[in-house]
Parts: sequence; C-alpha cells; structure tokens
Amino acid sequence: MKVVFERPEALQNVPFTYCAGCTHGIIHRMVAEAIDSLGIREKTIGVSPVGCAVFAYDFFNCDVVAAAHGRAPAVATGIKRSHPDKYLFTYQGDGDLAAIGTAEIVHAAARGERITVIFVNNAIYGMTGGQMAPTTLLGQKTDTTPYGRDARANGLPIRVCELLQSLDGVAYIERVSTHDPKHVLQAQKAIKKAFQYQVEDKGFTLIELLSTCPSNWGMTPVESLKWLEENMLPYYKLGVYKDIG
Amino acid sequence: MSEKKLMKGNEAIGEAAITAGCRHFFGYPITPQSELPAYLSKRMPQVEGVFLQAESEVSAINMVYGAAASGVRVMTSSSSPGVSLKQEGISYLASSELPSVVCNIMRAGPGLGTIQPSQSDYFQAVKGGGHGDYHCLVLAPNSVQEIVDLVRLAFDLADHYKNPAMILIDGVLGQMMEPVDFGNYKPTFVEKPWAANGCKDRKPNAITSIHIDPKDMEQHNLRLQKKYALISEKEQRSEEWMMEDADIMVASYGMTSRIVKSAIRKAREEGIKVGLFRPITLWPFPEKKLDENINRVKEILVVELSAGQMIEDIKLVNNGRLPVSFHGRMGGMTPSVEDIYDEIKKIHDRLTVKA
Repeated sequence: MKVVFERPEALQNVPFTYCAGCTHGIIHRMVAEAIDSLGIREKTIGVSPVGCAVFAYDFFNCDVVAAAHGRAPAVATGIKRSHPDKYLFTYQGDGDLAAIGTAEIVHAAARGERITVIFVNNAIYGMTGGQMAPTTLLGQKTDTTPYGRDARANGLPIRVCELLQSLDGVAYIERVSTHDPKHVLQAQKAIKKAFQYQVEDKGFTLIELLSTCPSNWGMTPVESLKWLEENMLPYYKLGVYKDIG
Repeated sequence: MSEKKLMKGNEAIGEAAITAGCRHFFGYPITPQSELPAYLSKRMPQVEGVFLQAESEVSAINMVYGAAASGVRVMTSSSSPGVSLKQEGISYLASSELPSVVCNIMRAGPGLGTIQPSQSDYFQAVKGGGHGDYHCLVLAPNSVQEIVDLVRLAFDLADHYKNPAMILIDGVLGQMMEPVDFGNYKPTFVEKPWAANGCKDRKPNAITSIHIDPKDMEQHNLRLQKKYALISEKEQRSEEWMMEDADIMVASYGMTSRIVKSAIRKAREEGIKVGLFRPITLWPFPEKKLDENINRVKEILVVELSAGQMIEDIKLVNNGRLPVSFHGRMGGMTPSVEDIYDEIKKIHDRLTVKA
C-alpha cells in the first residue's frame, strides 16, 4: 500500500485543541512540513506566543520556548545569537505581533535577525475572547468595538508586511492566505522558502497568513473562509513584499 | 600570579562576568550603568562573545530569557527605571526557572528621578518586583573587589538553583575606581539537559511559565517555594564588623555601609561600642546572623539611601525586641560620616541615661 498522506515528523502525534474551523491546525502542519522538508527538525527551536498558539509546544515535535506577550522576536534573538547554527521560528498572532510586540518585531527585522516569523492574522484577539486587534478591519464588530471599528475612535488597521518591507534587514516577506486549497498550497511554498532563506543565512523572513477565527467572528467555518476572502483580501493584498532572492 | 588592576565598578561587573564564562550580554543604555555595556561591547568580540544593544529594556530581558532558555550564561544590566521595565521578564525567568544575572546600578526614583546614587529599589529587588510569588537571589557588594566576587557567585548560584540572580549596587559603586584582583578563578559549568537548544538524540524540551490547570499551577508554586526555602537555608551571607562587644548595631548594605564604617570608627575613638551588620545577600536576607546579633546588642540603627526599605526586614527579624531607628537620605543625596555619627551618638547618650 502506498502512503499518500501522513503526519509530519515535526508534529507530535496528538490531536490539535484549536476550535473547529480554526486555521491554526493547517498552519502548524505547513510549518512542520517545511521543517521536515529541509531536514532541520533537530536543529529547530520554536518560540510560541501569548494567544491561542501558546501551547504550540504540545504540538510541535521540536524544542519550543514560550515567550511573554509580544516578546517572541526578542526571545528568538536571544536563542539565535547563542546558537547561530540553529534555526528559529516564532509563531505569533496579530495582537501579539502587531500591538504589544510592535517594537520587538520591527527591531528584529531591522537587525536582520536570522529567524522566520510565522504571523497569523485573523483580525481579532482569539484567546481573550474576541477583542479588537491592530488588524481588525474598519466596521468590523468585536467585543471592544461593538458598533464596528471606527477610524476616528479606534484607529486604522495595520498592514504588517507593508510596514516592515522598507527595512534593509529583511530578506523575504510574503502575505498568503488560508481560505482555499489553492492559497494553502501557495502558503506552503512561502513558508518553506522562508525557512530555506534562514538555512542560507539570508536575513529576516516573515510570512503573514490571513486566517480565520470562527468562534470569535461568530460564523461557521465555511462562512469564515468566505468572510476572509471577501473582506480581508481587499485590504490585506496578497503577494511578495520583499525578496532579496 | 594574579595582580591588581584599577577598575570602575561597572567595568568590573563586565570583566567578572567574562571570567565567569558569560559570553552573552543584552542591554540598553541608561545612566549610571552605561560603562558596563560600553565595556562589554569592546570585550565580548575579543572573547567570541555576543554583545547586543536591544531596542528596549523589555527586549533586552527577553533576549536574556531566550539565551538562558537555550542554556548559556547570560547577563543584562540597567539602572532603576530600566529595571522596572525588565520586571515582566524577570517574573517569567523566575517562573520558567532560567539561570540569568541581572544588574541594577540604582539611581534615585521614583519616576525618572535623577542619576545620582540611591538604594530605593530594595523592595523591588527583594520582594519580587514583578507579578507572582517569586524571588531573585539578590547580592549587594560594597567594593569593586566584592563586585567581582559576587558577580561570579551570582552566575554559580543562578545555575545551581535555576533562578535569576540580581546584583544590586548604587551609582557610586558603579562609577568609582578601586584596585581589584581577578585571581585565578575558573568557572564551573553545570549540565543543562533541560535547555532548548535543538532536540538531537533526545525528546523535545519545552520551556514555559504557563500551567493552565490551577492544580498544576499550585504545584509549580509549591515547588518554587520549596526551592526558595532551600536557598534561604543555605545562602544567607553577611558581614559583621566590630560587633563583638557592640551595644549598638548599625545595619547597612552596599556603598552606604562604607560611610557607616567611617562613622563607627569615629564613634569608637570616643569609646562608643558600636558595630556594623552588613547584609551581603539581601535575598535571602541574613536572618540567622542578624537574629544572633540582636540577642547581643541594645539598640539598632538602620542607614539606607531610601525612605527606609531594608529596615522592614530588620524589624521582622527583631520582632519588637529592640528599639530600631532609621537614618536615610533620598533623591540621590548621601549622608555624611558626621550625620551617621550624630545618630550613633544620640543612641549612645540615650543608652547611657537609661543605664
């Protein structure tokens, strides 16, 4: 019998505990597949965020350090500078990376830290129960924008790839999406390329993945994917924002 | 053969760290500790070490968290306002049990305060500082030589107990130059099988401070408290000076203890029986030795560069037995030898009248 689909070695043999329809599971899998494809599992250290992925060490089959909220790029910097021969990835949500951890991500990118950032943007705080994120869209209702996000009252959403692309330490930044199989395949390629660049010591790499949060968006998984496509794609344009080649 | 070098306190911290095998430093500029990062920015590349100037104190302490989690000896330094920013990271270091050394070259607060010396971060250093039930080991040298000795000890204790250790000095000691002997010290490194440095030939290691089930979190806390009790039992350090026949005990630590010594010498010339009790470890507080001394003397004077912080720990041990008075200066001002002498004289006169 031919095996056509199996669990990546870089994932532990446990079920995910994420909500139904959440895209964290598929993103974890893509990260694990990238690690396996480069044969670097035993040399890879992950840094998990504060947020839904805080328990990433329960799922990834490699060393993982759990960082304080937003500090993952600093923690990864400390590890990478101590072990330059190892490969580091941070796994961060939008609140973690683009609100409380803004200084850490900007300066890790500016220094050209040889780390790979997996940035999961679902336009909301998941773990704390659906508050406004820095990436929440205008008009989007959340626990803390019950009348919809208003530009004057709540500020405007941050586009992280566009924000970081001007920094010379960046080797590769791409925004991808997870809303259908075609885009998942593109995301898979992008994640692998980011790790490949780290192996080649090219500089800072970040992949932003547009993602869903059915529980806090108050939608079914299918409705969520459609909402992402219709609302997030127009504001968060997919594509390569920087690639030094 | 070792020989003496003339060094600033801040630079001595840096060199002592290097002799202790520390090759990783993450810091941020702030007066009056800036000589330390400057020194290490020069020295680390010479010993194939890492010096990194972070974008903030918050980032620096989290870089320390990462480096410590990956198993290397690591240090950061700052001064009071910067150490306030590091408290989040220190709480995480304590909970995740990551060996690390944090130096606070204290300046006067609260707020931005001023750059002159102070000891007003005692509460922050010994009572926790960040959130949760935890302790840092806190070492308070009073000379440049003792800085060297205690920085090395801090690395050893941090590794041994898997706990952050803090060097707490004031701006004067950081800035002053004194002769120092580095001796022929060789660091001893411990195995760190728990470190997150790649899972080759072993199961993956996870380093975290989250234990979401309250039953687990209570067990985690109980284990930490057991460790703190052990540290408290084994690691209390203090100096007694002219205490053998003393009626009056002056309790003071760090740079202030040296002004106190001059005041004690002056009082001794006049036949006043007074001595110094100097905590070297501020946490664990040297309760055992303090208690013995309280049993022998008649009154206690506490001298600090603060509104009175260590005095609370003195009073806890004293437990109402003896009168305890206080002399302190704040805001970057330091007491003179005469000021302290006057306080000693007042107590002496009171005791004489009583007798």
